[in-house]
Amino acid sequence: MTTPSQTPVFVVEGVAKGFTDGYRPIQALRPISFELYAGEIVCLVGPSGSGKSTLLRIMGGLIPPDAGAMWFEGRPHNAPNTAIGFVFQKTNLMPWRTILQNVLLPIEIQQGKVSPVQRERAEAMLATMGLKDFEHAYPRQLSGGMNQRVVLARTLLQQPRLLLMDEPFGQLDALTRERLNLELLRLQAAEGVTILMVTHSITEAVLLSDRVFVLSERPGRLIAQTPVPLPRPRDLTLISTPDFGAIATQVRSLIGETG
Amino acid sequence: MFDAQKANFTLRAERKQAGTWRAGLAQYRMQLATPLVLVSVIALWALLVTWQGYPPFILPSPALVWQKFLLMAADGSLLLHIGVTLLEILLGLFIGLSTAFALGYLLGRHHTLERIASPYIVASQSIPIVAIAPLIVIWMGSGLASKVAVTALITFFPTLVATIVGIRSVDPDLHDLMRSLRASRWQLFWKLELPAALPIIFGGLKLSATLSVVGAVVGELMGANAGLGYLVNLGRGLLDTPMMFVAILLLVVIAQALHFVVATLEARLLHWQRV
Repeated sequence: MTTPSQTPVFVVEGVAKGFTDGYRPIQALRPISFELYAGEIVCLVGPSGSGKSTLLRIMGGLIPPDAGAMWFEGRPHNAPNTAIGFVFQKTNLMPWRTILQNVLLPIEIQQGKVSPVQRERAEAMLATMGLKDFEHAYPRQLSGGMNQRVVLARTLLQQPRLLLMDEPFGQLDALTRERLNLELLRLQAAEGVTILMVTHSITEAVLLSDRVFVLSERPGRLIAQTPVPLPRPRDLTLISTPDFGAIATQVRSLIGETG
Repeated sequence: MFDAQKANFTLRAERKQAGTWRAGLAQYRMQLATPLVLVSVIALWALLVTWQGYPPFILPSPALVWQKFLLMAADGSLLLHIGVTLLEILLGLFIGLSTAFALGYLLGRHHTLERIASPYIVASQSIPIVAIAPLIVIWMGSGLASKVAVTALITFFPTLVATIVGIRSVDPDLHDLMRSLRASRWQLFWKLELPAALPIIFGGLKLSATLSVVGAVVGELMGANAGLGYLVNLGRGLLDTPMMFVAILLLVVIAQALHFVVATLEARLLHWQRV
């Protein structure tokens, strides 16, 4: 197991958020506080509508919280930061750009132009993702799983220090999902990036995480931070072990209590 | 484990190639069909004139129209009239489209603004252009300005609506992506909004391009001393029907050319849609 360092990378303190649906205010997120440590993977699970996506969007600086404060690497955090990578629920590639052009988009935006070295790095990243022959294809020519790998390549190429993932594999079939889970584990081990991932799959959460955060029904409240003390590197055989089963059951019952 | 996908991809490419070959043949046939239709229509027209023996001021024969065309082309006057109408069309398109883009972008981005403006836009569009054109001629005179104004007015609306719809259809997830990348306003426009809206904008552009010819002619019919619309009017006054035919056919050619330019531009800019 990776041992989390003791200085938190990201601190959330008392963050809350409400919306109005036109007539009455809806509280989406009750004040929530937690810390993320360098190099750890945390999965966020909870019933639908518990404000998981809202929390992630707040952490990404895309929407402001109503209350509370956040710190990223010791500094107050309240706007999008390029050291924080975002993988959204839906594959968000630009259909008019080739795969390579899509992967290079962040560099284009941040530096104005792409150097040959950066282009090579992008090509190498695509190659490690098994997308070498698809650089000049367009997203619509690729399957959902391949496109989500392109998104992952685009995000990782920026070398983010924190990766926020909102059900990144939610729309994929079970097999592709497992494969991408393993790839994510491998890449995370190589790059050492801190990950916070929202998921609906308890299996996925336990397989990936150092800790599993359980949110309650709306308005969301953090009801548990379950540690997952399973050895790394992990693979799919882990899922059938009794230890894995015990943790999964524990998480499931925590979600059950909320309903 | 990606071999299967690669193979699949190659297979698709091959199938596509076979498809292109067949599509090429079909396209070849299509390219033959279009001129064939034109030739048969002209032949039918010639036969009709011979059979029925219409006087030229009712229906001139194709040969007569062609002679008239050569005559008018020879003294250079025809070129002048074409030039005047083309200038009106191009200036009108430039003004109409640039205001449509600017306003469409603004209204596409700001919903409240769009809600306030839309009843007026719809109302203004429900007035037929032929009803306003005389007014514009009174205000702006019978020179170039009034024709450009009518053309601008008629080309404005389709592109305006297409731009509003196009800008509003931009995927909100891509907006989030651009924000998370801290893209500037300018980058947001060039790298996201414009390419995303372009397919819809082109729909409006095609309509505007065709309507621009209508605008210039309507303007000229209200009072002018040059242009193809003026020739139509002049031909009517002189009972010179062949002249009217020459002018009308040239207007068709201009409209076709404009449509071709827009379609070529679209094919080049949106080739990703057909991969």
